[in-house]
Amino acid sequence: MRRLAVQNLTGKPVRTAVLTVLAALLALAVFGGSLIVTSLRTGLHSLEDRLGADIMVVPYEATTKTNLEAIVLQGATGYFYMDNARAEKVLAREGIGQASEQFFLASASTGCCSLSVQIIGFDPQTDFSITPWIRRSFGGELQKYDVVVGNDLNAFVGDTLQFYGTEVHVAAKLAKTGTAYDTAVFTGEDTIKALIASSVERGMNQFTVDPDKVVSCILINAADGYTPEEVVNDINIHVKKVKAIQTKEMISGISDSLSGVRDVIGVLMAAVWVLGLAILLLAFTMSVNERRKEFAVLRVIGASRGMLAGLVLREALLTGVCGGMLGGVIGLAVIVPFNRAIEEQLGLPFLLPGAGTVIGYFAAAVILTALAGAAAAGIAALRISRMDTGLILRGDN
Amino acid sequence: MLEAQGIRKEFIRQGKGTNRLVAVQDTDLTLGAGELTVLMGRSGSGKSTLLNMLAGLLAPTAGRILLDGEDLYAMEDRALSRLRNARIGVIPQGQTALHSLTVLENVLLPVRMYDPKADAAPEALALLERLGIAELQQDKPAALSGGELRRMAIARAVIRRPQIILADEPTGDLDDENTAIVFDFLRESARNGAAVLVVTHEGDAVQYADRIFRMNAGVLTAS
Ligand SMILES: Nc1ncnc2c1ncn2[C@@H]1O[C@H](COP(=O)(O)OP(=O)(O)OP(=O)(O)O)[C@@H](O)[C@H]1O
Ligand SMILES: [Mg+2]
Repeated sequence: MRRLAVQNLTGKPVRTAVLTVLAALLALAVFGGSLIVTSLRTGLHSLEDRLGADIMVVPYEATTKTNLEAIVLQGATGYFYMDNARAEKVLAREGIGQASEQFFLASASTGCCSLSVQIIGFDPQTDFSITPWIRRSFGGELQKYDVVVGNDLNAFVGDTLQFYGTEVHVAAKLAKTGTAYDTAVFTGEDTIKALIASSVERGMNQFTVDPDKVVSCILINAADGYTPEEVVNDINIHVKKVKAIQTKEMISGISDSLSGVRDVIGVLMAAVWVLGLAILLLAFTMSVNERRKEFAVLRVIGASRGMLAGLVLREALLTGVCGGMLGGVIGLAVIVPFNRAIEEQLGLPFLLPGAGTVIGYFAAAVILTALAGAAAAGIAALRISRMDTGLILRGDN
Repeated sequence: MLEAQGIRKEFIRQGKGTNRLVAVQDTDLTLGAGELTVLMGRSGSGKSTLLNMLAGLLAPTAGRILLDGEDLYAMEDRALSRLRNARIGVIPQGQTALHSLTVLENVLLPVRMYDPKADAAPEALALLERLGIAELQQDKPAALSGGELRRMAIARAVIRRPQIILADEPTGDLDDENTAIVFDFLRESARNGAAVLVVTHEGDAVQYADRIFRMNAGVLTAS
């Protein structure tokens, strides 16, 4: 009886293929949908981690003349500067715990990168947001003219890159974050100052600044006893021409679109499932009706009602498991290689979860699909096991 | 051995009003070991209905069917199914092939159903040989003629060496030569101890029969 289920399936290759594809579609919907939603959520967490600070203080013009969010969150390039004097006023305010200055520069296109890339300089002495993360892929100290590149850049450890005629050396490549930082270049304060100086010398910087007298932004964590909100308000009220922003608020736009995307995916998934289940139900019922006579013959040679139901369910489970695996593999084949494209399409940080989680989702999708197949076949199985063999057997119809 | 006591079958016919059709009137019938019983009658007279009731496949409206004293229709489905598998060989009317299996697999299925490891292939092949379709053993039923399928169904019904053989027009599509082979075979089964009931239109069946019954509009009479 076990082999009979397989033989019934292989004996009708077209019907089996259609049912398997249908099951694959169901699996693809749950697996793909949940993998995308989880990747978006992982991406958001990763972004929160990478920002790594409660507060970001930028020159006021940065919020009016550049798209700050695009730069910080979406990997656009852009830069702005404020005088050290202004930065000092910010750092003198109350409630400031950790604080570190950063320097931005956008490169002209270079060998590694067809587009211009964002270069972010940090102060190794005070930095608390980038260093811990660089530590994961690079143990040494960054020397002058050393840079660390984001995961998506086409540059590798040991390469030499040129920015504004200044050669830099790739010391490390970061792990993937699924965020804007994957396309950025990081370097120490002294290196970026040299790069800014070259860009100004060549007249390729839109500002004429002395790199030693400016910073681009200050990252701040609130001191114990102060909330980020209090510190932000205090800075915005008392320091002119700067803007303090809570990073959480910056991200809230992203988490809003994320829940929007999640809702859309949820609705799509539900639609695929309702439709798919209805078709499966119909298909199994038809397939069983078509074979009423064969089931009657099985009864004649001694199959019990339970064995008939088991046969139908086994056929459905086999179809569900094969289709489920197929759908899962298709999902992997689409989502894993194209995750950059998905990220760009959605404009949201996108980071695949670990292999264990992916395998877990895969297994869950296969099981769910197999159960759906069994449920769809259940009614047919019940009907066929209840039928009155003697009535079907008459004559040759 | 197999004893029908006052069995009767009514069908409710769809149509104008409630129209009851009595397909088989109250009937007593005993099939004894070693006996070949032939049942003849016009089309629609109730022969298949009676045979299906005897096979445990169609519950009678009234009456009982006892196999060695045990009421078939009082049994659990599982037990009755198992019993049918082991002790009752049924050759139903019409085509009854399982299309996803080869001829040999069709014949072996009753054995494998409850004992997947049993190897009854030599026996199955001997049966196919005897019935003249051995060379078709690896073919799918779709490739067989009506008469060949009928002979396959016979082999499948007897592979378990049942004590009771119920055959519903087993020679319907067969030529004279094969008809003779089938009747010889059924006759031999009876000689080996089986209780055999054959529904047939074949006049020649008379010469193989221990007893002959006629069915007329649901009424069974010995002749
Ligand atoms: N499921 C059913 N519903 C209604 N009527 C039925 C049903 N099964 C059989 N009948 C009727 O019962 C009567 C006897 O049918 P049965 O199949 O037993 O005839 P038969 O003697 O085997 O005929 P044939 O020689 O053509 O096979 C017929 O009139 C048939 O129409
Ligand atoms: Mg009949």
